Amino acid sequence: MKPNKIIDMEQVSFKYDKELVVEKVDLVIERGQFLGLVGPNGSGKSTLIKLMLGLIKPDRGTVKLFDQPIKQFNEWQEIGFVSQKANSFNSGFPASVIEVVKTGLVSRIGAFKFFNRKHREKALEALRTVEMEEYADTNIGELSGGQQQRVFIARALVSDPSLLILDEPTVGVDAKHVTAFYELLRKLNHDKGISLLMVTHDIGTITEHATHVVCMNKTVHFHGASEEYKEFDDQDLNRLYGHSVQQLNHNHEHGVSQS
Amino acid sequence: MIESFLQYEFLQNAAITGMLIGIVAPLLGVFIVVRRLSLIADALSHITLTGIAASLLIEKRVTSVNELNPIYMGMVFSVGGAILIEKLRKLYKHYEELAIPIILSGGIGVGVILISLADGFNTDLFSYLFGSVTAVSSSNMWTVVCITIAVLIIVILFYKELFVLSFDEEHASIAGVNGRWIHLLFIVMVALVIASSMQVVGILLVSALMTLPVAAALRIASSFKQTIGLSIAFGEFSVILGLISSYQLSVPPGGTIVVIAILVLIMAILYKKVRNHLYVKGEPV
Ligand SMILES: Nc1ncnc2c1ncn2[C@@H]1O[C@H](COP(=O)(O)OP(=O)(O)O)[C@@H](O)[C@H]1O
Ligand SMILES: [Mg+2]
Repeated sequence: MKPNKIIDMEQVSFKYDKELVVEKVDLVIERGQFLGLVGPNGSGKSTLIKLMLGLIKPDRGTVKLFDQPIKQFNEWQEIGFVSQKANSFNSGFPASVIEVVKTGLVSRIGAFKFFNRKHREKALEALRTVEMEEYADTNIGELSGGQQQRVFIARALVSDPSLLILDEPTVGVDAKHVTAFYELLRKLNHDKGISLLMVTHDIGTITEHATHVVCMNKTVHFHGASEEYKEFDDQDLNRLYGHSVQQLNHNHEHGVSQS
Repeated sequence: MIESFLQYEFLQNAAITGMLIGIVAPLLGVFIVVRRLSLIADALSHITLTGIAASLLIEKRVTSVNELNPIYMGMVFSVGGAILIEKLRKLYKHYEELAIPIILSGGIGVGVILISLADGFNTDLFSYLFGSVTAVSSSNMWTVVCITIAVLIIVILFYKELFVLSFDEEHASIAGVNGRWIHLLFIVMVALVIASSMQVVGILLVSALMTLPVAAALRIASSFKQTIGLSIAFGEFSVILGLISSYQLSVPPGGTIVVIAILVLIMAILYKKVRNHLYVKGEPV
């Protein structure tokens, strides 16, 4: 039986130096969900993702991936990750698109083994999914921000993960491509059955697409289905977020007016 | 030229050593450049000098030792320097680049003292600074053969790890790549290659052979493999032509090799400019 709880965080706290940035977070992601993780800038979203991926260790609490404590977990090919930093990489790096995508297979291939033709085929297939196959041999630095974003998604998809984590993937992608981007996510979630966790500060758009929403600001303020979330009025939001809600709404309107 | 090449063993040693260095220096150079570690090569070459000076001093002062090959001491110092740089980088997490001037100036400082104590500056030392076509012994050549084989095996074996670490450390870490271990392995290889290269290009110009061919390749290549291929081709071209002209003109090979590498770089820059120009013109407006 495949476990149903893909991610299970319990009472997780973390501080950089002295400042607590994640406080007693409980978070469960179930198979098949498309979860939107929203919160203002600096609310600890990226930090929470790093905790999930074992890039940093929690000070308190436990993280389980696919029913295993993170320490024992070693099926990293099950998780695809597109970092917030993905669009700020060294764009002068001399790599072709397909070389970048193939790095997504490193954990699956394992040590002392080489890339072969089968891996190239897999990489091309992932590029086809994001409609970037024709750019396979292009230098990654020559692509637009939106195209690079797709390449990084292909890299995350190439190992056939059951969970895809995206940290603010629409930042730096121009508005007319954002719709196409959500269409791609829908395809992955519906047709391929990949669970999604997407970090964003654009509440308005994410509730249109995600099945579930988590609001956090250091700690989790809301976790439920998107429909429930939409029923909240501004006052509830204000209560949940304190002063930050204005900024969130502003971001939302900004996003809409661009499209 | 060909006659003297067949006649003199030292020329064969220099040519073979040079051609091997022409492969491994640019190969490691690609990873050094994309990881923005070019200055580390400089720091390591200077600490290699300290090792050579130490070796010359021991040979001179310790009567029981009479034939000490300075290249080995150079390697010991270079590898020691590499490990020290890594330690310092960890100590100064927020000022990682500080490790480089510390090692670089420390290396020269100690080196100068040792050199003066040994014999002062002489022709021997001159050939270590700028390379020589006559100073490569066959035992040195065999050392370089071994190092080349080891480096090639390691780079091929860990190619995907080295590549993913260079492109995206965070991703490498999620993929389970032991970054610290691979990095240490890499920096030790760099240290060994630098110590081996110094006989042909000289300490002051070793880092040029690791960076100039890569700089040229970066202008042209569209993939990482291509960058490696072109860097090696440019490096090899510079070494071979540099050695020949060094012999013909009786000047140190370090000088000729670097001048040719720079000419190649200029050609690559021009090539890119011309190609862009034609491409833009060819586009329908
Ligand atoms: N590497 C770090 N060292 C110290 N503080 C950090 C680091 N990364 C993030 N922070 C701080 O932690 C807080 C949460 O950051 P982050 O998780 O990136 O927020 P978000 O992704 O929600 O914008 C911020 O106040 C940020 O300044
Ligand atoms: Mg963030």
